[in-house]
Parts: sequence; structure tokens; C-alpha cells
Amino acid sequence: MTAALIVREVRRGLHGAAWLPVAFFLLIATIVPFAVGPDARLLGRIGGGALWIAALTAALLPIERLIEPDRADGVLDQLTMTGTADEAVGAAKMIGHWLTFGPLLLIAAVPGSFLVGLDGPALARSLISIAIGTPALAALSVAVAALTAGLPRAGALAGLLMMPLAVPLVIFGAAATGDGESAALKLETAVALLIVAGAPFVTGAAIRAART
Amino acid sequence: MSPLLKGHGLALVRGGRMLFEGLDLELEAGDALHISGPNGSGKSSLIRLVAGLLRPAAGRIERAEAALADNLLALDRELTLSRALAFWKGPRLGDAMRAFALEDLAHLPVRLLSTGQAKRAQLARVMASGAPLWLLDEPQNGLDRKGLAELDEAIAAHRAQGGAVLAASHTPLAGQWRIMELEA
Repeated sequence: MTAALIVREVRRGLHGAAWLPVAFFLLIATIVPFAVGPDARLLGRIGGGALWIAALTAALLPIERLIEPDRADGVLDQLTMTGTADEAVGAAKMIGHWLTFGPLLLIAAVPGSFLVGLDGPALARSLISIAIGTPALAALSVAVAALTAGLPRAGALAGLLMMPLAVPLVIFGAAATGDGESAALKLETAVALLIVAGAPFVTGAAIRAART
Repeated sequence: MSPLLKGHGLALVRGGRMLFEGLDLELEAGDALHISGPNGSGKSSLIRLVAGLLRPAAGRIERAEAALADNLLALDRELTLSRALAFWKGPRLGDAMRAFALEDLAHLPVRLLSTGQAKRAQLARVMASGAPLWLLDEPQNGLDRKGLAELDEAIAAHRAQGGAVLAASHTPLAGQWRIMELEA
């Protein structure tokens, strides 16, 4: 059942607006040089951080469609009836969501890096950092979507919940774009692993708690 | 043979109110139990409790594999009916679509189905699952006379094959049913 659910998530992601987070990401990357001015050295120094803020805000966009429609329509209940654990549903949703979010965001990170003044080795570092970060962003999106499913003004609430949770990821992710010598990339990977491993359990518990 | 459903001393609290307590349930192969009672008496909650979607405040439930049809459609609106039903991987999907006369609607997108057609699709999913225990919440809602006959026939066939049905409804159901009355 989980394989079918992953396929369904990908189909719905592509059928919906998979390009929306990517467009949002590029738009923020475009605005950064306008906001801080055309100083290439300054841009190069803050570019990695700006890229991460763009990625995090882009990850907020799909949250409302990840869990709530399936909760409201009884899909989550019917999945339980087939003997699928809520945690497995969470994991399948994470994988399915990442497949329509991660690779596209990574492709967009190439022009995005140029827009914020990162090139050469800095471009490579920012791509690696974003690549490691996308599974964690997808996992956080699904967990936060489950935690806010069924609540009024869930979209705004999801933003408030997700941004603090993403702070460690952003700290190490942005640091890893700046300095190849530091341990930031390893720490980012560690944080990402922790989020990816924990999110299915948070999602499963939240799905159960939301059942009335 | 062990019963398909056995509930002992069940109590359920919703919103700080005790809906029922000390409730015993037992369904053997071929049994059918009709839960009746006024609105708000906890019929749907009892169905969800047996389904495992709610936790009892007290008591214990043991049951065989079950399939549920409640008032939530759980079918992807953008897909055709046959593809949307196929997602649920019921081993008896072909039989079920025939039993509820859904073959002519197979290529229609789910979003275009009428209330009664959607109800038939839900009942077909229950039948397709091959589960021995059917949990039906208001199964007659929206069904026309032909749909009601298909439902009665499907239930009778299911019981004849050794299945059991637990249905919540405020209107009578055809055939021989044990009746359990919940009080408001």
C-alpha cells in the first residue's frame, strides 16, 4: 500500500502545482540583489543564507495540500482500514512529496545561486548543501502539515511552527555554503538525518491525534 | 469458530460526554447487527470505535479484518472511478463494480458522481476489499430504489459467504437483523 501511496503523492504533486515552490524560490533569489544592492562581495557573503531562506519559505507553500485534504476526505481512515500504520503513511507522504519538491528545487538552485552571486566553488557548495537539505525540508513540511491538519488558519500556523523547527538546518545549511573547511556540512547532514528519521513518527502520532 | 467481532464492556466518551458504557458486541459468521437510535446517540462513533479509528474509554475489542463505508468518500476526485477504486487494491473489485452497477460509470471522473453514485462506489470498495467484517455507517443514504436493492443483495450474499455486517442506520434494513438500540 505504501508504494501505491508514494506513486499517488507524486501524481498529485505533479498534477497540482509542483512548480509553485520553485517559482517562489527563484523569485526570492531574484529579489535579494534588489534588496541589498549590486555589491558582488556583499552578495557573495550573504548569498548562501539568502538561498536557504528562499528554500525554507518555498517549502512552506505545499504544506496545506499534504495532509489536510486526505484527512478531511477519509483517505487516512481508509488507509488505516487496509492495515497501513500511520507512520508508514507519514513516510510514504515524505518520499512522495520529496520526489516532486527536492529535484526541482535543486535544479532551480543553479540559477538561484547565480542570482545571489554564488559561482565557482561556492556554487558547488551551495548545491550540495541544498541537496542534503531538501529531504529534511520535505520531511518537516509533512510533519507540520500533519500537526496543523484540521485547525483553523492552518496555513499561517504551519509557517509559525515550521520556521523555528528549521533553525538548526538553516544554520548549518547556510554555513556549509560559505566555508568548505568547516564541519558545517557534516552537522547539516546530521540534523537532516535526525529530521528525516523522526518526521514519520511525529506525522503518525499527529494523524492519530487528529482523528475524531 | 471464533467470532468476527467481539467487544466487551465498551465505553466511549466524546467531548466530555459518555455516549455509552458497558456495551457488549459479538458478531459471528453470517451475523448482521443493526445499530439504531436517534441522532447523536453514538451510532457513527460506535462504528468508528469498532473500525479502530477511535479508542474506547473502557473495554476491549477484537475483530477480524474489516472494511468501512462512512460518509467520507476517500476517492481522488480527478481520477476516473475505476482508477480511483483501483488505488485501494481490493481483490474483488470487478465483482463489486458489477454488484453495484458501476461499470457504466467506470470512466467517469469521481468529481462528477452524484450522491447516490458516490455511495455505491464506497459500498463497492467495502465489497472489493474481501474483508469478512463490513462496517457500514448509514449505507442507505442517497441510494435510489435500485441502489437499495443492490445493497440488500450484496449484504445477503456477503452473509451467505460467512461474512458479518455491522450497520448504523436510523431506517430499517431488509432481511434478518439483530437490532441494538442506542439511547440519546
